[in-house]
Amino acid sequence: MLDQDTICAVSTPPGEGGIGIIRISGNDAVAVASKVFKPRADKQLTPEESHTIHYGHVMDPATGDVVDEALMTVMKSPATYTREDVVEINCHGGMIPLRRTMELLIAAGARQAEPGEFTKRAFLNGRIDLVQAEAVMDIIRSRTELSHRAANEQLLGGLSSEVAALRDRLLSALASVEAGIDFPEEDIETDTGRLLAEDLAELLSGVEKLLSSFIYGRILRDGFATAIVGRPNVGKSSLLNALLKQDRAIVTPVPGTTRDVIEEYLNVGGMLLRIVDTAGIRETHDMVEQEGVRRSLGAIENADVVLVVLDGSEPIHESDYRVLDAVKEKKGIVIVNKSDLPRTLERPDVQAPIIAVSCRTGEGLDDLKHAILEMIQQGAVAARDHAWAVNQRHRTALEQAKASLQKASESVTGGLSPEFIAVDLRGALDSLGLIIGATYTEDILERIFNDFCIGK
Amino acid sequence: MTFQKKYDVIVIGAGHAGCEAALAAARMGCSTLMLTMNLDSIAVMSCNPAIGGLAKGHLVKEIDALGGEMGNVIDRTGIQFRILNRSKGPAVRGTRAQADKQKYRLAMKEVVEKQQGLDVKQGLVERVVVEDGKVIGVETNIGVQYQGSAVIITTGTFLKGLIHIGLVQYPSGRAGEFPSEKLSDSLRELGFAIGRLKTGTPARLNGRTIDFSKMSMQPGDDPPPFFSFTEKGHPLRQVPCYLTYTNERTHELIRGNLDRSPLYGGVIKGVGPRYCPSIEDKVMRFADRDRHQVFLEPEGLDTEEYYANGVSTSLPYDVQEKMLRSINGLEEVEIMRSGYAIEYDFAPPTQIRHSLETKRIEGLYFAGQINGTSGYEEAAAQGLMAGINAALKIQEREHLVLARSESYIGVLIDDLVTRGTLEPYRMFTSRAEYRLILREDNADLRLRQKGRDIGLVDDAAWDVFTRKMQSIEQEMARLRTTRVKPGSAVNEMLEARGTTAIVEGTSLEQLLKRPELGYGDIVTLAAPSEPLAPEAAEQIEIQIQYEGFIQRQLDQVERFSSLEGKKIPLDMDYAAIPGLTTEVRQKLMDVQPASIGQASRISGVTPAAISLLIVAMERKKRGKVAG
Ligand SMILES: Cc1cc2nc3c(=O)[nH]c(=O)nc-3n(C[C@H](O)[C@H](O)[C@H](O)COP(=O)(O)OP(=O)(O)OC[C@H]3O[C@@H](n4cnc5c(N)ncnc54)[C@H](O)[C@@H]3O)c2cc1C
Ligand SMILES: Nc1nc2c(ncn2[C@@H]2O[C@H](COP(=O)(O)OP(=O)(O)O)[C@@H](O)[C@H]2O)c(=O)[nH]1
Ligand SMILES: [Mg+2]
Repeated sequence: MLDQDTICAVSTPPGEGGIGIIRISGNDAVAVASKVFKPRADKQLTPEESHTIHYGHVMDPATGDVVDEALMTVMKSPATYTREDVVEINCHGGMIPLRRTMELLIAAGARQAEPGEFTKRAFLNGRIDLVQAEAVMDIIRSRTELSHRAANEQLLGGLSSEVAALRDRLLSALASVEAGIDFPEEDIETDTGRLLAEDLAELLSGVEKLLSSFIYGRILRDGFATAIVGRPNVGKSSLLNALLKQDRAIVTPVPGTTRDVIEEYLNVGGMLLRIVDTAGIRETHDMVEQEGVRRSLGAIENADVVLVVLDGSEPIHESDYRVLDAVKEKKGIVIVNKSDLPRTLERPDVQAPIIAVSCRTGEGLDDLKHAILEMIQQGAVAARDHAWAVNQRHRTALEQAKASLQKASESVTGGLSPEFIAVDLRGALDSLGLIIGATYTEDILERIFNDFCIGK
Repeated sequence: MTFQKKYDVIVIGAGHAGCEAALAAARMGCSTLMLTMNLDSIAVMSCNPAIGGLAKGHLVKEIDALGGEMGNVIDRTGIQFRILNRSKGPAVRGTRAQADKQKYRLAMKEVVEKQQGLDVKQGLVERVVVEDGKVIGVETNIGVQYQGSAVIITTGTFLKGLIHIGLVQYPSGRAGEFPSEKLSDSLRELGFAIGRLKTGTPARLNGRTIDFSKMSMQPGDDPPPFFSFTEKGHPLRQVPCYLTYTNERTHELIRGNLDRSPLYGGVIKGVGPRYCPSIEDKVMRFADRDRHQVFLEPEGLDTEEYYANGVSTSLPYDVQEKMLRSINGLEEVEIMRSGYAIEYDFAPPTQIRHSLETKRIEGLYFAGQINGTSGYEEAAAQGLMAGINAALKIQEREHLVLARSESYIGVLIDDLVTRGTLEPYRMFTSRAEYRLILREDNADLRLRQKGRDIGLVDDAAWDVFTRKMQSIEQEMARLRTTRVKPGSAVNEMLEARGTTAIVEGTSLEQLLKRPELGYGDIVTLAAPSEPLAPEAAEQIEIQIQYEGFIQRQLDQVERFSSLEGKKIPLDMDYAAIPGLTTEVRQKLMDVQPASIGQASRISGVTPAAISLLIVAMERKKRGKVAG
């Protein structure tokens, strides 16, 4: 809506390849990008110069943690696509750093671009012609349709009604504060001090609950967390690679080489899987590997789907039972790997589906994907009633509402005059309005006159 | 007969809107005529004898800053002044005064009669005369035509006014006065949509029959806080108000007689204000309340009449009397004038532009209650702006539109022309999204310059203002640069005020930021060479202490300024924009928003529609360049 602010978006399709480009456009593009991109020490960043490429790292300015190794391209207005300052950041590390970089940019003051917005700006700034403008109109129009559809779907999921309930409470609290301001001579009891503090605390926990209970939303956004577990050398990394058809994890015949948790994204029949490959679960005295094992168990805990890998060419192992035990409570698929070799493993006694594959030949991989999809679809259907399709925009709005409510609480605690509290309550109301529609002064007044007997 | 003199501006009505409109136009150099039904009822307060209050006080101060008259007159005729919300922050403090109604009316009558360039005449206008879509004059009931280049209609509640008392009803513009039966028909003929609203007023009581000893007394502030930024009034004698309550018996009487209420019997069709409900409304809608406040406000120093604030009613006379006599202290009360409800015609305000000129007829302006508002201050604010804009147009100068971010007047007019109104519209501070920067105390800082530019602020007033600004500036600089060193005297004072001692040199500004300290404390540490006027000191204290919040709102204003600045051409063809829904298209065509900012405030206009509009505007612009 605001055409002056700085926008950002991932401009490469998600889930494909290791490289992703984030495009930033607007007056503050360079300033925003500089907050999260640190050039290598010997290569000082000179953003004054247009069309320059810089090598360095994306870094979380709050913690100093390195997010990814990256290239940054600076293009100054007006010779750019939008005719505004444009910065592009090329990340290398796949989806996670890409997403993280987006979050950092948004925290640094950029806003997630609407579909078609770069093009719209290009048009408004005279970069593209009248014919192309028609295309822009189409994008905006289809976007309205899309968001309509999304709104309906969310209605089914319940996000709207949850947010509406919160907004309703917030409106009451605000109406009460406003009534106290505008009608000081009325004989009415308005919500101030302790009562208001309690209200705000409950509203805050409501917003937090919404933020944390976005199970399905998280899945849509982040993918189904899929853990690959099994004792060392059964072929976990090989399986991951076979699925990805690319060399991502290190495959080695020495047991215990996969020491860290590696994440990758995989598109299975339109479902996004976030696959976590873990260190082999095995008793070990090697410190690093113990850490790896700890993470593996954690990965099982956080996983939506667990793939247990067994080696079909060997008899069942002590530690195979440990793994099978650890995933009993979870939705899992048992994979009997190395089907190209003679089978010596007896059929394990489990509820979960068992699928024989060979990572070497690719045999059985399609069956596996099919089984995964089936399992997810069952799970997703079951999760529908308490899960919502929340996107980054919704989440940002809820985070903003939360921040506003926190500020309002501080103002209440600090004993500030009610008009200062109202500023942040309105802020919170506006943020919720981004999800389910705006609130106007009329709504606030309506509530005041409904709840309080006003009128001298 | 056609009156020989040709006027620049003709104002119809001498209520609160009309007086400001006529004065502004005349003072800006236009030959002006004010026509009103009865010269003895100029600037009459139809309802309660008070001016100001929350948000309304803000309006009066803004009127004053621009060079309007309301503040001066109430300062001279007020009989009790108070600041409401004194314990809250400066943005939501509102000044309110009880007026001596007759003195107020006479004082304003004197001002308008003495005004150079303004003719005041009695006459009932029945027709607006239009030629080729432009107004050329008006015609009265006795067949006199007055010619003028601009006409401002400020006829209040008079258009087809219909009074209800119980099931009795009769045509009247306000109790005891004639209605204006034909003017709204003339507007209809010109193509204007006309709607119907309703308002009401309580009975006036004889003070000799009231037992004030049974009530609690409510005095004003001492010294009285005035409205005007320049005139320091010599106040009249100050008197108190009194507070009593209704009780179960009162409510019982009301409930028992609802069948004779025009409101509940469905006789009244017009929509009444929710913030100003009748007592029958309050009793029915808030059945759990066992009492309601009744304020007794004196109508003046030389009269025994008291206004019974809180019991506005249209119940039959006998029920009014019984109901009032059930109230503590009013057992023996004599009604002097009964309460009543009134229905009247109004012109839904989406038919006017921000300048208050109608979209339909060039040179025709509407201001005041005719636009669906209620309240003296709301009326006066519109009147002033209509007078200013009519004069500016005649002088071929750019019209004056105040932004929402700089004034309540801007909020008022933008709300009216953008969203219309379904009930009588009253100002509240909650309507102003930039409330923290729109304060009474800085109305002059916000608007004096504008008043000066259009020619309504005279040299004396301007001088007062510039001196105030200078002393604020100098003192701000001094507070920033003067540092105090830690020492026993300083730290004793700080600790006495409950704040921490300083351990290093600290600027006076830093110290004033501490909520525990006021400007008065700061000057004890290091006084300016000349002591500051209290208004200047107050301004400094507010600007420094609330800097954080003020800055936040300024940032918001800044963020939205680009949308406000995107002007939509008058000839925008909404029908030709693909993708707009029928509803949005219709609303845009009705409102004809002046800017993208305004368009985005129309209810139902979505962000996607705004995007389409922006793209269409750009396309139109380039189409022009190409063609
Ligand atoms: C019963 C009643 C109750 C009210 N209650 C409240 C309340 O509770 N709170 C509140 O804030 N406000 C209330 N008001 C409203 C307040 O009085 C008005 O909002 C305010 O006075 C409007 O100002 P105005 O200048 O628009 O019109 P008015 O003050 O009504 O003045 C209209 C002027 O136009 C003149 N006129 C009308 N028609 C013609 C004509 N055809 N030709 C020539 N002259 C004409 C009249 O003589 C009069 O001088 C009430 C008004 C009434 C009558
Ligand atoms: N023959 C055969 N060997 C396999 C297969 N999958 C993995 N391997 C081999 O098994 C060894 C361990 O594989 P790796 O993926 O590193 O196991 P991890 O420790 O579970 O991650 C490697 O030498 C792989 O080449 C398979 O399907 N068939
Ligand atoms: Mg491995």
